[in-house]
Amino acid sequence: MSSIISKTNLSDSVVQMDILAPEIARKRKAGQFVILKVNEQGERIPLTIVDSDGEQGTITIIFQIVGKTTAMMAVMKVGDEIQDVQGPLGNPTEIENFGHVVCIGGGVGVGVIYPITKALKEAGNRVTSIIGARTKSLIILEEDMKAASNELIVTTDDGSYGVHGFVSNVLQKVIDGGEKIDHVYAIGPVPMMKAIANLTRPYGIKTIVSLNAIMVDATGMCGACRVAVGGKTKFTCVDGPEFDGHQVDFDLLTNRLRMYCEQEGQSYERHRCGWQGN
Amino acid sequence: MTDTETKPKKEKIPRQAMPEQNPGDRVKNFDEVPCGYPPETAMLEAKRCIQCKKPGCVEGCPVDVRIPEFILQIAEGDFIGAARTLKETNCLPAVCGRVCPQEDQCEKTCILGKKGEPVAIGRLERFAADYERDQGAVKIPAVATPNGKKVAVIGAGPSGLTIAGDLVKLGYDITVFEALHKAGGVLIYGIPEFRLPKAIVEAEVDYLKKLGVKVITNAVIGRLKTIDELFAEGFDAVYIGVGAGAPVFMDIPGENMSGIYSANEYLTRSNLMKAYRFPEYDTPIVRGKNVAVVGGGNVAMDSVRTALRLGADNAYIIYRRSEVEMPARKEEVHHAKEEGVQFLLLTNPVEYLGSKDGWVTGVRCIRMELGEPDASGRRSPVPMPGSEFVIDVDTVVVAVGTMANPIVSSTTPGLETNRKGYIITKGESGETTRRGVYAGGDIVTGAATVILAMGAGRKAAQAIHHALSGSLQDDGEKR
Repeated sequence: MSSIISKTNLSDSVVQMDILAPEIARKRKAGQFVILKVNEQGERIPLTIVDSDGEQGTITIIFQIVGKTTAMMAVMKVGDEIQDVQGPLGNPTEIENFGHVVCIGGGVGVGVIYPITKALKEAGNRVTSIIGARTKSLIILEEDMKAASNELIVTTDDGSYGVHGFVSNVLQKVIDGGEKIDHVYAIGPVPMMKAIANLTRPYGIKTIVSLNAIMVDATGMCGACRVAVGGKTKFTCVDGPEFDGHQVDFDLLTNRLRMYCEQEGQSYERHRCGWQGN
Repeated sequence: MTDTETKPKKEKIPRQAMPEQNPGDRVKNFDEVPCGYPPETAMLEAKRCIQCKKPGCVEGCPVDVRIPEFILQIAEGDFIGAARTLKETNCLPAVCGRVCPQEDQCEKTCILGKKGEPVAIGRLERFAADYERDQGAVKIPAVATPNGKKVAVIGAGPSGLTIAGDLVKLGYDITVFEALHKAGGVLIYGIPEFRLPKAIVEAEVDYLKKLGVKVITNAVIGRLKTIDELFAEGFDAVYIGVGAGAPVFMDIPGENMSGIYSANEYLTRSNLMKAYRFPEYDTPIVRGKNVAVVGGGNVAMDSVRTALRLGADNAYIIYRRSEVEMPARKEEVHHAKEEGVQFLLLTNPVEYLGSKDGWVTGVRCIRMELGEPDASGRRSPVPMPGSEFVIDVDTVVVAVGTMANPIVSSTTPGLETNRKGYIITKGESGETTRRGVYAGGDIVTGAATVILAMGAGRKAAQAIHHALSGSLQDDGEKR
């Protein structure tokens, strides 16, 4: 059991929570994630550890309401308990002083890029960050990202805030600006990561992406999260979650993410209709 | 032999059948298939045992259950006494009575089997354990005075639970670290409800907790903490019983398409996560109409029978050898056939075909013939050129084996593994190349049976007790 210590709504559909998990808080590194299971009937969902507080013994998670589990979590209150929290899982991000890095986050993916950005800055990199969302109200962690970067550029698809356009348009401008880029980190919706990888490939800029495959056990036991990287099958949970974006088969990932669309919809619908039966 | 000759001739009682759900009904539910002996049938079956002075059955048992003794108790109507006798050597009798391959162990060496049918030892074991539990008569035995020594057990599967039970009774302070959210290992995530009801596993784990075993779930050793950190926390010994949990895929074209599962995933979704009760439970599973399961072991049988219960119209086993070579228990193959599973033997998948959006639609297979015996002694299958054909499927479960998960060994300096990643141990004690670290079960042997993993746990318990009680005496002398 892990208690919810604090909760903030970052936007209409994005929630941030600090949950009590002292051992995970002490151990976790940037890039790692936890598996949460809300209650006895719950499914196991992976969520990135956005931040941690060793003294308070808490980890921070951010999630978007996309289905039943996240909808249930969104209405949980401070003091409520999450039945199972397992982690830290996955390989930590390789943090070094590479020189100039560009960190790109899209939508709720900003929550995932934030701890990596912070760690890269602390390691001495010059960090240019680009965060984007569909519209202004969906931009999250702007202040945190500003603090973790040397320079932050915000974009919205509809132009309601910051630069009008996609994060990839801004990255193109940064590349065109001529300053050498040593590494790009891109985390967000699959089409965004694919676009960024396609953009950096001809320039030969190493591009790391973090994949959000469907998982069950998240310890290498089931293979639900398998992805193809450089033509080889990898498990996102134990071989990732970060991979070389130029090697990832994003179309396969997209297909596999759609595997339970119908059931997920059914489950969410049943939840929203206040199903009380058994 | 002389044992049988000196006894007066008994009236011949035939081996008693165990009632079970009929196939037409049971494919529509996940309830247990065999229903267990009623008491009078159990007593009748128990009377078949001739009480050999040198019982072959005990030699065939990896945990040395005192078989004639508990069977005599059943014959005399002392069912609770029989359960207690069982539990002295086997902490999971209700599990073993159901999933042990008795035909290859105790029942294989039963003297009655020489001329007729062996005593149904497994069914009797199950009967006694179930009787005790159903009567609410489970007694928590006295444990030794705490000896102040702490042992960490990694993995709450059959092996880990056995060593935990053995050592806690000897006075050790035992903590079991389980990666998943529920204890039981393969008994919980792998073996389906219709073969091993989860309430039984939960009862067995509760029994251990009442003995004083601490079980910490969601604890992935190797990630949350390392073995070095466990020693730093004050554990005197560590036992690794993490199983061989990583799935093997065949690496053929199309294997990552949607609708293709490893058996581990398919069974974990259905059993651990209870996806068969979706949407009451939140985890979904694909309810395929045409399901192919690749493999011929018990896991393949569990998968294909799960597929039928999830509503498959056609459920196939695709196996590259013939039925004789199938590693699954005969009983499981028999149950699968009764339930309508279609067996495509001497057949191997070579490629998966899919729709535009990446969902599997077919499996291209090739016919095989048996050639020369291979290293395992089984005749190795050889593809027959030009014999390819396609079966339409919407779901595939790959059940061709498992391999070692490196998550513990890769984070433990000094712990040596073999070429395949299994932990190297010295003989039966389970001692590894790292001082104070023991290992047993599938992570040492590769995928095997529940009872062999339990046997390894038992032997390691003795080795750890030997090593640590020696140091207990040393401590005493120092004081």
